[in-house]
Amino acid sequence: MTTRRAFLASLLATGAAPGLGWAAAGNPAYLAAARDASGGFALHGLNAGGQSLFAIPLPARGHAGAGHPIRAEAVAFARRPGSFALVIDCVTGQVRHRLSPPEGRQFNGHGCYARKGARLYTAEQESETSAGRIGVWDAGKGYRRIGDFPSGGIGPHEIRLMPDGQTLAVANGGIATDPTDRRKLNIGTMRPNLSYLDIAGPILEQIELNPDLRKNSIRHLALRADGLLAFAMQWEGAEGAAPPLLGLHRRGTDPVLPEAPLAAEFAMQGYAGSVAFSGDGAQVAITSPRGGRLHCFSPDGGFLGAFSRADVCGLAPRADGFLLSDGLGGLLALAGLTPRALAQHHLAWDNHIVSL
Amino acid sequence: MRLALALSLCLALPAHAGVNKALDTHILPGFARFAERAARLSDAATEDCRAANLHPDFHAAFDAWMTVGDLRLGPSETGALSVAFWPDPRGFTQRTLTRLIAEEDPIAHAPEDYPEVSIAARGVFALEILLFDPAFMTYEEGSYTCALVTTIATDLEAQARALSSAWNDDFAPLLRKAGAPGNAAYLSGDEALRALYTQVLSALELTANKRLGLPMGTFERPRPALAEARRSGRSLRQVRLAAGAAHGLATALADWDLPQSDAALARVEAAADTIDDPAFQDITDPQARLRLEVLQQAVEGLHDAIAAEIGTRLGIAPGFNAQDGD
Repeated sequence: MTTRRAFLASLLATGAAPGLGWAAAGNPAYLAAARDASGGFALHGLNAGGQSLFAIPLPARGHAGAGHPIRAEAVAFARRPGSFALVIDCVTGQVRHRLSPPEGRQFNGHGCYARKGARLYTAEQESETSAGRIGVWDAGKGYRRIGDFPSGGIGPHEIRLMPDGQTLAVANGGIATDPTDRRKLNIGTMRPNLSYLDIAGPILEQIELNPDLRKNSIRHLALRADGLLAFAMQWEGAEGAAPPLLGLHRRGTDPVLPEAPLAAEFAMQGYAGSVAFSGDGAQVAITSPRGGRLHCFSPDGGFLGAFSRADVCGLAPRADGFLLSDGLGGLLALAGLTPRALAQHHLAWDNHIVSL
Repeated sequence: MRLALALSLCLALPAHAGVNKALDTHILPGFARFAERAARLSDAATEDCRAANLHPDFHAAFDAWMTVGDLRLGPSETGALSVAFWPDPRGFTQRTLTRLIAEEDPIAHAPEDYPEVSIAARGVFALEILLFDPAFMTYEEGSYTCALVTTIATDLEAQARALSSAWNDDFAPLLRKAGAPGNAAYLSGDEALRALYTQVLSALELTANKRLGLPMGTFERPRPALAEARRSGRSLRQVRLAAGAAHGLATALADWDLPQSDAALARVEAAADTIDDPAFQDITDPQARLRLEVLQQAVEGLHDAIAAEIGTRLGIAPGFNAQDGD
């Protein structure tokens, strides 16, 4: 008869930690990092109603994260320049693994799982040159690093697994940064791109915008189940340009860059911090914490309207629309552009909400 | 935990009182006065469109606008820009007006359709070019430009009325009912207070960084052409009025004394008194530049005094995400 201890030992021997499913963690629908009133940082699991189901302390300010598709396990990334990512057991709150980028590399705040949770991909850059790399980790075997490949550009930020499960979408922001801080070094010559990579590494397709939009850093991504990809941009060019901040792209076609009326674009202050499709896929939205605004579009590019809320940034799909988070602790549901407060926590929600 | 408690106690100060006072003594009367003066300007243009005739009413309307013109929330979040399209470093306003006049675009004869033109060709800065720029201001009565001036003035009056009623009817109630069920824009009275307080600081940042910073440029390359409202010689006046409006809004928000902020406003006025050229066109002279730098520092000093006397007291810090995005 196998004792429990022996059973665990055998699992550990194979490197496969047992890992409970998400039900054991209370079935959170979202993950979001936050700062609390005393200045500490934590990763929260949220239900659809905006309640915090668990809060796991983080050693420093987080940025985004990714939830394992099966196990109640999340990886939380430090903000740029990232020296760590923590794999957290969302049932016990314990840190299962602490991932460090290889020497001379840094994490860039985002990552995603693939192969049904067997692999973790991390957005990284070479510290000296900001050349983008995608790190590959064996999420089944103790998060051993098993390789990496070029991201297809400079300063990759968000990466997403396409619905085919075989392709990575990579937002190569184009911005080279100082190895030790976040200073931008190449604004005059930056060339962001959107890259599609086979999960084994080869670049399948790359999209660059027109030369007059080269200072529009492509940074965040959202995907619809049919493969329509939305990308959010941050303008590094001259003020007063009011460039488009959202792009929509389908493999093999030209990108569409929807725009709001000029006065509304100006109010976004050239900055989109997050992007998401609505739960039903019928809308796509971007947030600007600088403008305290959300802009909502139809997937064919028409402007549907705006919602104003101070320091709004986090954005995720919700059954009937979107979930929004802000730096004042608010969690709001937006359905058909009608807002409803779900909860207000004594927290400052960080840039992103991760859907599980 | 003690800090968290202290923070929540601070935020429990009478927020609504300050918000109500700011609306009742500063913002709503400000929009009403702007609407009234914009109406006078529009009437005057209808009667006699020629430039010299309209200068006094133009200044009066612009002065009134400055009480509320730097607000960028509620109806003003997008509505302010079509009243005052600035900064405009690439000269969209002049370009658009030049095109309208060259093509004699019929829109100049249809005030009700005028909102369809680019926002750069609407509002006070479009009027300023037509009324004060030597290349435009010599038009005759009955000319195309005359019709354009009258239409822009009529459109400005309509915008002023629309802003005033939107603030009165829609947005002021939303601010006053912060924290009420169903108010998802402002989840508490503190948030409404914070929203207005943030406007005070952004107005002073705009004044220091743009109204003064843009024409100052760098020592090697000053940019006098970027001075706000230089054609009408209002650049210095804009700084005085913007600083006074920010201080006025701050004073209304706080129901306690602001001695440092009062003193800082006096220093702004004193520094403004030393400026020779009201349009900042002498910025290329190192002595004049120095005086503008002193004025800029005084505006920054007012910003810091208000932040210390209101922001620190209420525990309001800059936005977590807005300040440091990624």
